[in-house]
Amino acid sequence: MGYVAVKGGIQAIEESIKRLKYERLKKGTVLDSQQIEGGMRCLIDQVMSESSLYCETLTAMAIKQAEGSPEEAVFLLRAYRSTLPRKHYSRTVQSEEMLVERRISSSFKEIPGGQILGAAMDYTHRLIDFDLNKETDDEAIKWVCEYALESGVDNDQTNLSNLPKTLDYLREEGLISTCEINYDEPDDVTKESLHFPTSRSQRLQILTRGQTGAVTSLGYAALRSYGALHPTVGELRIGNLPIYVDSPFLEQNEDGDAYYIGEIKVTEVETLFPEEIQKGNGEKEIEFDIGYGICYGQNETKAIAMSILDRCLEAANPEYPIHNEEFVLLHIDSVESTGFISHLKLPHYVTFQSKLDSVRKTKK
Amino acid sequence: MRIEYNFAFFDEGSKREIRRATLKAVAIPGYQVPFASREMPIARGWGTGGLQLTLSLVGKEDILKVIDQGSDESVNAVNIKKLIIKTTGIKVTDETSEATIIQSRHRIPEIPLQAGQILVLQVPLPEPLRYYEPSELETKKLHAEQEYSGAWLMLFEQIMNYGTMSTGADHPAMVHDRYVMAPSPIPRFDNPKLNHSQALILLGAGREKKVYAVPPYTRVESLAFEDFSFEVESFQDKCCGLCGAKGVFLDEILDDLTGETFHQCNDTSYCLQRLNQKSAG
Repeated sequence: MGYVAVKGGIQAIEESIKRLKYERLKKGTVLDSQQIEGGMRCLIDQVMSESSLYCETLTAMAIKQAEGSPEEAVFLLRAYRSTLPRKHYSRTVQSEEMLVERRISSSFKEIPGGQILGAAMDYTHRLIDFDLNKETDDEAIKWVCEYALESGVDNDQTNLSNLPKTLDYLREEGLISTCEINYDEPDDVTKESLHFPTSRSQRLQILTRGQTGAVTSLGYAALRSYGALHPTVGELRIGNLPIYVDSPFLEQNEDGDAYYIGEIKVTEVETLFPEEIQKGNGEKEIEFDIGYGICYGQNETKAIAMSILDRCLEAANPEYPIHNEEFVLLHIDSVESTGFISHLKLPHYVTFQSKLDSVRKTKK
Repeated sequence: MRIEYNFAFFDEGSKREIRRATLKAVAIPGYQVPFASREMPIARGWGTGGLQLTLSLVGKEDILKVIDQGSDESVNAVNIKKLIIKTTGIKVTDETSEATIIQSRHRIPEIPLQAGQILVLQVPLPEPLRYYEPSELETKKLHAEQEYSGAWLMLFEQIMNYGTMSTGADHPAMVHDRYVMAPSPIPRFDNPKLNHSQALILLGAGREKKVYAVPPYTRVESLAFEDFSFEVESFQDKCCGLCGAKGVFLDEILDDLTGETFHQCNDTSYCLQRLNQKSAG
């Protein structure tokens, strides 16, 4: 009688859970979560970003448990996150302090500090490397040692932890309007639900934890046709940001009192959008507006798409759905969208019976 | 028993925050109070709103009943119960009258609720005006201004088009002459049970991050017209094939072998209780 027999549901569930374990283990191999942490960097980055939880080790465990399903891994981590009390807030992070590993600008050929390609798949051919099948741990260690020696010879004197921002150059020229630093306490979307119209801090938080695919698709729609924006990447940088928290024991914290608690890797993007500016005397000028994207780990597509959506939501042109903050912000969360879609698998026979009754009445 | 998480999963601060939103909801019947809904170990859309309410309220002495579409043993009811037992160790029951907290998806039990009991309903879409107004900003204004002509028009158009109000479950209701409320998709059959209920009724929408309430003895009227009254689902003279009950919400079941349709009580614990009484008497 289906999955709602009067009795027996408990047992059926137990059997289903056993079956799930069997599916994970039936090929007779156990995946070591250290291997996931070592070899699945991009998936870990994506899951951490969508989970709003920065911990590679826990993420690797979640990916193992989820058998590699990103939505399921994100779900596990978000639920775990709910049980963690918020003990401290970090100091504001200045992204200029990033220890840069990769940094490119598509706006200028030469940028102060130079273009740094770092690690990227962009310059590879997408041909399956069949040799990877035979790769051994010994070979890998040998290669890494050789690589370390080779790159140690490099005598580049660039200070990678204090690179100037490409956009500062445009600001100095007056092509981007300067804006005051906003010292308002940011809203926290995990402590208070969204209310509309939203603040920028709320928008950026929802965008950065958005599902990678959803953020990318909506960003693409804005780029391709709905608004047909074509931004230029002013600067895309990847690297580690140091995180500090104030001492909880001091009334007043001076600069030197903060504790360094570790670093996080992020992708940060600033994109430029040409925008018409009305002058007082009826004349027009063009200036650049900025879209901002940032997310945990290396996830460049998501960060760029986020910067497009940030700009769209600032512009808020009522003609385009991608400019509508409710449309974008309420539909890109992985846990919410996958949860509600999957709830359709639950029994609906009461609601359906009720609808059936109405439908039958209309036929009379 | 080894409990790894805090009692009832959440830390005490989180529970208190949910209770604060709940108190506000009780103070303003039918008004949707936003709250910082947490992600739960069960999926959004699978009862996380109800679950958060239950976990914030439950104490060691409580006795819990969980039903999903009328059944205590449906997969989701079992799953929610399992989680609550695991994190609290409290007693659960199938019997409606024995429970202090009843969490339900889309049904109000057949046995009338009593004073002191709390019914927690899981809500997928808390906004009754969402059918005709997609924007949250706009529906908030409509509620504030008590501008409900859209809801009435929706019903009027249904009558014009189909000769009947074609709402299925989730027929909108007016709470205490002020707020129009989505009664969560309970069938129309259960709407009248909301009116002057002796028990406190709380409604939680986890994904949409809203809590609202029908406090005991609150007036709740299903939207209808003076010359076109509200109607519940009709089962005519049908009765339950197992216990013979009439005047209850019935499931329509197709017999694989005979190809015939028969009916059974949707509220499985009610049905079982009647069967037990019969065999005892």
